[in-house]
Amino acid sequence: MTTTELERPARPPVFHHLSTGRKARNHLATVLVSLAFLIALVPLVWLLATVVIKGWRALVSPDWFTHSLKGVLPDQFAGGIYHALYGSLAQALVCAVIAVPIGILAAIYLVEYGRGWLARLTTFMVDILSGVPSIVAALFIFALWISTFGLEQSAFAVSLALVLLMLPVVVRSCEEMLRLVPQELREASYALGIPKWKTIVRVVLPTALSGIVTGSMLALARVLGETAPVLVLVGYSQSINFNIFDGNMTSLPLFIYNQFTNPTAAGQLRIWGAALTLILLVMLFNLIATVISRFSAIKTK
Amino acid sequence: MSMKDEVVSRPAGQERETGSMMGGMGEQEQERGERPKRVGDRVFRYLTTTSGLVIVVAIVLIGFFLLIKAVPSLLADSTNFLTDWRFDTTGGKLAFGIRDMLVVTVLSSLLALVLAMPISLGIALFLTQYAPRSLARGFGYLVDLLAAVPSVVFGLWGVLVLGPAIEPVQRALNAGLGWFPLFSDGNVSLAGGGNIFTAGVVLAVMLLPIITSVTREVFRQTPVNQIEGALALGATKWEMVRTTVLPFGKSGFIAASMLGLGRALGETIAVLMILHTATSPSGFSFFDGGSTFASKIASAASEFSEPLPTGAFIAAGLVLFLLTFVVNAIARSIAKPKKEKA
Amino acid sequence: MAKRLDAKDLNIYYGKFQAVAEVTLAVPPRNVTAFIGPSGCGKSTVLRTLNRMHEVTPGARVEGEVLLDGEDIYAGGVDPVDVRRTIGMVFQRPNPFPTMSIKDNVIAGLRLAGVRDKSRLDEVAERALRGANLWNEVSDRLNKPGGSLSGGQQQRLCIARAIAVQPAVLLMDEPCSALDPISTLAIEDLIAELKKEYTIVIVTHNMQQAARVSDQTAFFNLAGVGQPGKLIEIDDTEKIFSNPGQQATEDYISGRFG
Repeated sequence: MTTTELERPARPPVFHHLSTGRKARNHLATVLVSLAFLIALVPLVWLLATVVIKGWRALVSPDWFTHSLKGVLPDQFAGGIYHALYGSLAQALVCAVIAVPIGILAAIYLVEYGRGWLARLTTFMVDILSGVPSIVAALFIFALWISTFGLEQSAFAVSLALVLLMLPVVVRSCEEMLRLVPQELREASYALGIPKWKTIVRVVLPTALSGIVTGSMLALARVLGETAPVLVLVGYSQSINFNIFDGNMTSLPLFIYNQFTNPTAAGQLRIWGAALTLILLVMLFNLIATVISRFSAIKTK
Repeated sequence: MSMKDEVVSRPAGQERETGSMMGGMGEQEQERGERPKRVGDRVFRYLTTTSGLVIVVAIVLIGFFLLIKAVPSLLADSTNFLTDWRFDTTGGKLAFGIRDMLVVTVLSSLLALVLAMPISLGIALFLTQYAPRSLARGFGYLVDLLAAVPSVVFGLWGVLVLGPAIEPVQRALNAGLGWFPLFSDGNVSLAGGGNIFTAGVVLAVMLLPIITSVTREVFRQTPVNQIEGALALGATKWEMVRTTVLPFGKSGFIAASMLGLGRALGETIAVLMILHTATSPSGFSFFDGGSTFASKIASAASEFSEPLPTGAFIAAGLVLFLLTFVVNAIARSIAKPKKEKA
Repeated sequence: MAKRLDAKDLNIYYGKFQAVAEVTLAVPPRNVTAFIGPSGCGKSTVLRTLNRMHEVTPGARVEGEVLLDGEDIYAGGVDPVDVRRTIGMVFQRPNPFPTMSIKDNVIAGLRLAGVRDKSRLDEVAERALRGANLWNEVSDRLNKPGGSLSGGQQQRLCIARAIAVQPAVLLMDEPCSALDPISTLAIEDLIAELKKEYTIVIVTHNMQQAARVSDQTAFFNLAGVGQPGKLIEIDDTEKIFSNPGQQATEDYISGRFG
């Protein structure tokens, strides 16, 4: 039958051609999705270009990374973001020191132990916590720490609010990495007569380690840019303060928000310079996270 | 994010079914017949369970503390908390309501969602189905880069660069479509674009990477055999996408959008920097100014001293908390059924 | 060191589903026992109950007794961790710990049990690797990751890891199914040597392998889909393969089904 068809003069085309309508719709769809991507690039390029163009001169000024704004007049371009950089890093690191261990342990609970209603409730609450707005976390710490315990505003209060924002991110990523550790490795360890907790600590965690570190770095990057808690929980300062438990401490977002109301050229340069510094800092943490993930012991996909 | 957490629900706990056998154990060699106690296992188990509980307790405490701090102020409120647009907490007499904050929050978030959803969907499709393999990863990083921009920088850019730049667009919309309430004259001047419209556009840009990243993950998980099945029937790329990828990823996309909505509702600093303060009530226009819940609280934060006025803002925070709680819970319930069927 | 293992009236369940019914068998010391049977007949499941590994699967549950030299490993006070320390296991797919070197893999069991003495660990590592016929191939790269070895070497590494803790019994769950024929031969030679010191139970889907390596063979079968697997007969390997007692065994061995 095939042969007879082929022996006929080749009137009927070899391939069925698409109707024009289907072809047009296909092209239209391709154009639209590509366009969507290009649209997303517009604000990205626009924003980054603005920040770099308006801010780079601040970064190359000699005192930018080494001096605070102590004794600097609003319209005088001098000093730098040293105090804010310290504030940002200190608040984020204190937050990480609290949030990362709790987050890892909670993820271990969910993956290795959690069953039944408590585990389901915990998973649900991690979802809810990851959706809690930063201003609500800040208000909560205000209501607890300052209004109820009667303590002063401090950088530590900011760190506590950041913990609430960082915790779900750490739990999520850590949970994901732990679930990627093959069950066979746990079984191999159990079969050697190694107790469960040691199996987790010595076999499962090291296997997932790079992924966990990556996740924590990404969480840290997110926390660095948070502004709402610093508005509610700590005061602005022109100069450096090393004490996270006492006194005002400026972080980069607070610095930007404060200088935002300074209309002079010096103030403008400072805000864009600080914005550029903050973006670079966040990108640095993201970059470190990406590099670490290259060393993963688990091959994903 | 929440798409994945239950794909593998095979935690290695073995205690339940075997009764006491695994419950406790002896660190050293066992003494037969004696109930074994392995201290390390028990301690570790309590430690991890406690850490899990910290999260549950944190949520409960957030709700609890906001509530007890808000109640006295709510009782002292001399006006209707839900329907009054004023927010007076000074001068001894409290008169505060959330009408305008609710309107501004919802309008700006919905505008952001309406703008961000189709674009995110397009980006996710582009990155997973259309972009050349070798470039897709790099393109993905570009979109993720948007997520690395702190919101305070979005605020700066929104108020100093974007707002003035789209002011002509706003004027045109206002002039041409002013008969439609959403585009009618607002309660603040159009100059500089310090209104809900600008805030919504900036929020939309901030939502792009959030919605895209989750949606991308879901689309990527479309079973290959379904895709190949569609292509083998002679479907065009778009027909393949429409018949396999979109139905498969629909609930994930909607859930991602809800997560984005939750984020937009609570965004603080960018909105605070963009919106002009308004002196008259909102008329449900995109060209209104005013405050969202979050920006109102943040703007007043430096004056938190007296319990009653502070409580008024905490009451607003409580409403925001409940709002995001509901939105996130809905997002979760949309995302979940898919996982259980799989 | 090698001990005997007796299973009595084992009923094994996954949740409500009964996977294996009424298995009673005896494994003498210094002897290789092979479990054969069609897929799904429960032979691996039975193997995993012999060192309480099946408990790792949520919902798994077992009734009956497993006696190690007369002592029930399921008795009330017995810790499954200690059971597994005494009864080792090698899995279907080689699973070296990816974060550890070759040497650290071998001594993982001892080190995690708290042994710190470095010279003793070195000694054990060498002895176990020699015991697994792997020493000559890896002695010059003990600090390389375990994953850098070939599949067959990885499996011998896992065997070395299992025998480093000096178990009384060694369970092997289809240890060659992921390996090429040459690696398979190496493992089979190894089993013949390990037999001198250990009691070995091996699950295999390869009847020739059972015939080659084992002293006694147990044939498992199931009546149908959804039915529990059962032990059809257990006897000397020679007898099972030449003159089985049951028709089903003969059908399976002669390739009439399965």
